[in-house]
Amino acid sequence: MAATIATLTSLPLAAQSIDDAVTSFELDNGMQVVVVEDHRAPVVQQMVWYRAGSADEPRGASGVAHFLEHLLFKGTETMAPGELSATVAANGGNDNAFTSYDYTAYFQRVASDRLELMMKMEADRMVNIRLSEADIETEREVILEERNSRIENNPRALFGEQKSAVQYLNHRYGVPVIGWKHEMETLDLEDALSFYRTYYAPNNAILVVSGDVDPEDVRRMAETHYGAIPANPDLPERVRTTEPPQTAARRITYKDPRVAQPYVSRSYLAPERDPGAQEKAAALTLLSEILGGGTTSYLTGKLQFDQQVAVYSGVFYNGTSLDDTTFDVVVVPADGVTLEQAEAAMDAALRDFITEGVDPDQLDRIKMQLRAAEIYARDNVDGIGNRYGRALTTGLTIQDVQDWPAILQAVTGDDIVAVAREVLQPETSVTGWLMRDQEVTQ
Amino acid sequence: MKTLLACLLTLVLALPAAAEVKIKEVVSPGGITAWLVEDHSIPFTAIEFGFRGGTSLDAPDKRGAVYLMTGLIEEGAADLDARAYARELESLAASFSYDASADAVTVSVRMLTENRDQVADLLYDTLHKTRFDQEAIDRVRAQVISGLRSDAKDPGDIAGRTFRAMTYGDHPYGSDGKGSIDSVSALTRDDIVAAHRAVFARDRLYVGAVGDITAEELSKLLDQLLLDLPETGAPIPGKAEVIIDGGITVVPFETPQSVAVFGQPGIDRDDEDFFAAYIMNNILGGGSFESRLMDEVREKRGLTYGVYSYLVPRDLANVYMGSVASSNDRIAEAIEVIAAEWERMRRDGVTEKELNDSKTYLTGAYPLRFDGNSQIAGILTGMQMQGLPIDYINTRNDKVNAVTLEDVNRVAAELLDPDRLQFVVVGMPEGLETTTN
Repeated sequence: MAATIATLTSLPLAAQSIDDAVTSFELDNGMQVVVVEDHRAPVVQQMVWYRAGSADEPRGASGVAHFLEHLLFKGTETMAPGELSATVAANGGNDNAFTSYDYTAYFQRVASDRLELMMKMEADRMVNIRLSEADIETEREVILEERNSRIENNPRALFGEQKSAVQYLNHRYGVPVIGWKHEMETLDLEDALSFYRTYYAPNNAILVVSGDVDPEDVRRMAETHYGAIPANPDLPERVRTTEPPQTAARRITYKDPRVAQPYVSRSYLAPERDPGAQEKAAALTLLSEILGGGTTSYLTGKLQFDQQVAVYSGVFYNGTSLDDTTFDVVVVPADGVTLEQAEAAMDAALRDFITEGVDPDQLDRIKMQLRAAEIYARDNVDGIGNRYGRALTTGLTIQDVQDWPAILQAVTGDDIVAVAREVLQPETSVTGWLMRDQEVTQ
Repeated sequence: MKTLLACLLTLVLALPAAAEVKIKEVVSPGGITAWLVEDHSIPFTAIEFGFRGGTSLDAPDKRGAVYLMTGLIEEGAADLDARAYARELESLAASFSYDASADAVTVSVRMLTENRDQVADLLYDTLHKTRFDQEAIDRVRAQVISGLRSDAKDPGDIAGRTFRAMTYGDHPYGSDGKGSIDSVSALTRDDIVAAHRAVFARDRLYVGAVGDITAEELSKLLDQLLLDLPETGAPIPGKAEVIIDGGITVVPFETPQSVAVFGQPGIDRDDEDFFAAYIMNNILGGGSFESRLMDEVREKRGLTYGVYSYLVPRDLANVYMGSVASSNDRIAEAIEVIAAEWERMRRDGVTEKELNDSKTYLTGAYPLRFDGNSQIAGILTGMQMQGLPIDYINTRNDKVNAVTLEDVNRVAAELLDPDRLQFVVVGMPEGLETTTN
C-alpha cells in the first residue's frame, strides 16, 4: 500500500488541467465572464451570479434577497409572468435559481445552440422586471410555504437557525437566508425593488457559461446582450458589520417533540478563504477531513470504533465565504449515551488530536484523493462553473480558484495542528444540544 | 420579444439537438454482457452493476436484511477490517457506492485509469470476500435504527410509509425496505450472509460502463469480477396488487405544515400507451414550473412551494403518484385543487398547444441527462433492467413525437381515476377528515 501511494503521488497534478478549459474576460460595463469548455455533449449551462445575498439585506427585511430571486421569474417589460421559464422549457431546457448568504444565482441548462436566447432573457430580467401587487402577495405565500418545508417542519433546521443566531454577535450570517418568518410576512414590493435596483447590475454580476461553447462566441453574445446594459454608478461598496472579539463560550438547548435522534453540535467561528491568503482556510479544509472525513477519520475512529459512544460523527467546514465562517463538529450519541457524555468524549478527542498531531499516512491519502477529485471534476463542468461563481461572489479571484488545489497540497501536518489550536477555542464557540421534548417522550 | 420568440421556436423544432451516445454491447469470454460507451477524454471509468431484486428479496420475517447487508459491503473484505479497508480504498482514490431500492441493488464504481487493476482486485474482494464482522453489523445496525427512528418522526416519511402499506398490503412493496426497528434488531449474521447470497448472482446482473476503458479491457474486468458469482440468486417475488380505493387518510402529527402524498393505479413501462401517459403526466404535474398543478396550486394560489406528480413504473407494480406540502390551514384547499385538476384532465384532456410544448420540452431535455460518465453508466444499466433495446436513446424522441392528441386524451380518460385517487395527509390539517375505509 505504501508503494501504491508512492506511485500515485509521483504523478503530475494532471496532464491536462481543468484550468486549460477555463477562459475569462470582463465586459466594458464591468461584468465578469467565465467560460468553462466541455465539448463532449451539445449542452450548455448559463449562470448569472450576483454579488448580493441575504447578508447584504437591510435590517428588518430578512429574506428579501431570496424573495426577489423568486420574483425574477415574474415578468419584465417584454416578457409575461412565467414566460422566461416557459420559454426555457419550450426549448427543452431546465432553469432555476438559488440564494445564499453572499450570492444569488440564476441558471438554465439547455442545448448549446439556444445559449443566445437564454442570454437575451437573462439580460432582460437583470434590469427590466415589472411586478404587480398580486405577484407579491402570491409569491410571499410561496416563500412562506418554502420556509415551512425547509425550516418549520424540521427541528434540525430550527435548531440550526437558533444556533447561527447565537454564533454571530454582529454579522448578518446570524440571520437565516430564507428570512425570519415574521419579517418575511411583511416583505413588500418596495423591499424587493429596492434590493433589485441596488444590486442587480452588470458591474455586480458574473456570467458563468459551461459546456459545449466557444469562448469567442460567448464573448460576442455577452457583449450584445449584457454589454448593452450600463453599469450602475451607484453600486454600494460591499461593507458589512464585523464581529467584535468573541469572548464567551455559548450554549443552547433546543427541545422539540419531533426530535427522534438527539445530538450535540459545536461550531467555532473560523476564518474563510481570502484573496491571496488562502493558506489558513486550506489547513482548516484538511483539518475537517482528518477529523471527520468518513470511516478513517480521527473522530470516527475514537468515538465510533474505539469508545463506541457515537452512531455518527461529522465535521464540516466550507471556506468559500465572504466573511468569517464556522467550523462545525457534530456527534450523534449511541444508545444509552447522554449528550453530556457525547460532548465530553468529543472534547477529549479534539484535545487528544491536538496533542498527537496528524498521521502522515492519513494526510497523504487525503491529498491523493484531492488530486483525484480534480480529475473526476472534469466530468462535471457545471460543477467547475459553480466553483468559479461561488468564489467570485465571495471576494476571491480567478487566480485564487486556480491556486487553491496547489495550496491544499502544500499544507503540512504542523499547519493543521496550528490552525486547530487557533480555531478550536471555547470562547468563539457555540455548543448546541438538540433534544427530545421530555414531557412528550417520557 | 414574443414575435422573436416565435421565430426562434420554429428554428428549434427544425433542429433538435442530438445526444450522441454510442453504445457498444460487450460480451466477455465468460459470457457476461455489458453496455459500454468509450470516452477516453478523461482518465477514469464509471461502471454501474445492477442486481435485480433489491429489498423485495427479503424473507417476510427478515425485513431490512438486504438493506443492512448493502450497508455492510463497505465494512471490510478479505483480510482488511472496516478501517483498513477504508484506508485502502482512499489510497486508491476510487469510489464504490451502493444503493438498495425495492427493485435492485446497485454498485456504482468510479476509478482512475492509472490504478484500475488494483481497484479491480479490491472490488473483487469487496463482492466475494465481504467480512460481515459482528462488530460492523452491530455498528451499522445502530445507524440504520437511528435512521428509522428519525423517519418515524418525519412527516414525509410517515406519509410515504402509510401510502405504501395502503397500496400494496402484505407484498414487500407494502413495507419499508429498511425494515422496522424490531425486524432490524433481530437480524443475525446468518441473515446478512443469506441476503448477500440472495442478491449477488449472475442471472440478474446488468452492467453499464462509461469512460476510459476499451471493450477488451472491460471484458477482462467483467470476467475477473463477476464469473465467480453464483449462477442464480433468490427468486423474485410475484407481482403486487394495487389495492388503494381512493379517499383521504389523515395521520395526525403535530407540525405546522401538512405533507401529503397521493396516488392511484399506474401504467406499465412497456405498455404501448406509456409515452402518451408520460406526456400527459408532464402536462399535469411533471417536474417543471409549467405543469398544471404547479400553475394552479403554486403560481395562482401560493398554496405550496412545490407540487408534483410522477409515474412510478416498478418491476412488480405500477402506481401514479404525487406529493404536495401546505400549511395546516391551507392543505385542504390544495387537495381540492389537485383533485379538480385530476378530474379536469380525465374529462377534457390536453390542448394541442400543451401537447406540442410538452413534446418540445421532453425531447429537448432528454440529451441533458447524459451529462457525465457516472450518470450515463447508470442510464445504461437502467435501460437494460427495463428491457429497452440498445438503440433506444436514438429512437426515444421519435416515440415521444409520435404520440397524438387523441392518444393522450384517450389515455387520460382511461388511466386517471379520481374515485381511486388516495390522499395520505400527515399533519394537523384543518377541515380534512379521514374518508378512507
